Amino acid sequence: MVGILADKDRIFTNLYGFHDWGLEGAKSRGCWNATREILQQGRDWIIDNVKASGLRGRGGAGFSTGLKWSFMPKEVGARPHYLVVNADESEPGTCKDREILRHDPHLLIEGCLIASFAMQAHAAYIYLRGEYVREREVMEEAVRQAYEAKLIGKDNVHGWDFDLYIHHGAGAYICGEETALLESLEGKKGQPRLKPPFPAGAGLYGCPTTVNNVESIAVTGTILRRGAAWFAGIGRANNTGTKLMCISGHVNKPCNVEEAMSIPLKQLLEEHCGGVRGGWGNLKAVIPGGSSVPMIPAEQCETALMDFDSLRELRSGLGTAAVIVMDKSTDLVRAIARLAYFYKHESCGQCTPCREGTGWMWRVMERMVRGDAEMKEIDLLLDVASQVEGHTICALGDAAAWPIQGLFRHFRPEVEARITSYRAGKPHVQGHAIAAE
Amino acid sequence: MTKYPEARKQSAVIPILWLVQKQEGWVSEPAIRAIADLLGMPKIRVLEVATFYTMFMLEPVGKTALIQVCGTTPCMLRGSLELMEVCKAEIGAKDQVSADGHFTWQEMECLGACANAPMAQINDYYYEDLTPESLKGIIEAFRRGETPKPGSYAGRHSSEPADGALTLTDPSLFDGSRAKPITALPNAKAPA
Repeated sequence: MVGILADKDRIFTNLYGFHDWGLEGAKSRGCWNATREILQQGRDWIIDNVKASGLRGRGGAGFSTGLKWSFMPKEVGARPHYLVVNADESEPGTCKDREILRHDPHLLIEGCLIASFAMQAHAAYIYLRGEYVREREVMEEAVRQAYEAKLIGKDNVHGWDFDLYIHHGAGAYICGEETALLESLEGKKGQPRLKPPFPAGAGLYGCPTTVNNVESIAVTGTILRRGAAWFAGIGRANNTGTKLMCISGHVNKPCNVEEAMSIPLKQLLEEHCGGVRGGWGNLKAVIPGGSSVPMIPAEQCETALMDFDSLRELRSGLGTAAVIVMDKSTDLVRAIARLAYFYKHESCGQCTPCREGTGWMWRVMERMVRGDAEMKEIDLLLDVASQVEGHTICALGDAAAWPIQGLFRHFRPEVEARITSYRAGKPHVQGHAIAAE
Repeated sequence: MTKYPEARKQSAVIPILWLVQKQEGWVSEPAIRAIADLLGMPKIRVLEVATFYTMFMLEPVGKTALIQVCGTTPCMLRGSLELMEVCKAEIGAKDQVSADGHFTWQEMECLGACANAPMAQINDYYYEDLTPESLKGIIEAFRRGETPKPGSYAGRHSSEPADGALTLTDPSLFDGSRAKPITALPNAKAPA
């Protein structure tokens, strides 16, 4: 067997799209089975079981999904409740939600119904990123099928009136941040809101709203069908369940795969991806959770487990479990400079530290790629990074700082050597143009 | 527009801008005014949205194909820089309409198909696992007036490993046994 997880324990059985994504195909794979019975167990039962399964949000932050649902007001007041599904997948390295949207859309629709029922929402929006045109076509057709079969909509067979709408964005990374997503859904620029108030108090149109990742919602139906204990029995304590992992970069066979949480990183790369290009010894570093988390060097990859706690101990993070592998041929400084450009491009411009800081950090990084920098600028860069980190409304500032901090934490000598060799043989005027961008 | 509560029809601004772009190829200033009137919004708010989101083209683009090459790190590691060289040689400068008016190419930020890197979005769809040669072939096909098939150009079905899926091979997943009625949910409460 490859990896840890057996096929029978996989939730996304049509991950690669070899089978029918439509309603009939989905039903034959167990979707929409016993959904009515699940709803009949009641809201508290659903929330308690999702809590007991240990499911942590799959969008990157890893907050307990059941707990998040329980923050919604218990009674519906004058304002309706909403569920919003975050399908604005744009974290570099991450391509897991796309497979759910285009190959297993009914698992998501079923999850939306269950989650909305648990939170007493009669309407839900799925916010897709604008670039996913094909995925949007599939989702819209799947929703139409579900309406036609009276699985959702008014007077449906599940006895909970529920409308599901597909909305889309237009190419802004920041709209993956939950409050920016709500702003965008309201037809504004996607700039994050100050919290509090949290969306559970005042979210979409000022109404109580919960925003969840696609994967978090899509797994709930199967969890409730097979039992919280089944899901909680996979992986380590506090890091339970299965997880879609996306492996890109310098492996022989990049792929998406659903695996057990806490699978050793080395096993994941060796067994599912045909190993690192040029052999394990050719590995230089790995970004284990999407571009926003700091990289870990090859020696730490020997022991790292793919879960929240293990990677946090290594001062990185699981994020979205998007593994970007870099072999020894990689110019790490260039790779991180490209990420710095990404964050500069995607900063929404609302908070000064991020708007100015991301551009400044990118320009300094570009010079460091060439080596055209002063030694002391490294410390200056890290100082600025730490001033951007944690001083902005949303986490984009943190996300822009972490890759740079990760680079210098593990590979500072490489940058220093580059500066030294660039300087060699050139007239050197100390401090002539330090970071005057 | 019916997707949104009546007082909240401003929500439709992004989808409508998108429709305009689908129809016209780009978003013009008169179109922005018309959308503002339709949704009862100040014009500046529509313009603000149109400029904030990178997918909206505020200038005309190539008539035949808008080629958007993903340039972010995962694609860069697998050769997107070479793809951009091809675009430069075949089409011309970045962000400019080609001399014949048929092509525009741009560098994009992560398009979310990293396991199929490097890739490009051409018009609406994703062309994945590209090489300089296959991208060249795609551009030539567009030039001949064809629409090449989207998807992987390395023979992959979707994002499975290159020489075939290693997982999800258990036939019992697909024989319908999972659709059998479930008699008792795990942890179900006793019927009252």
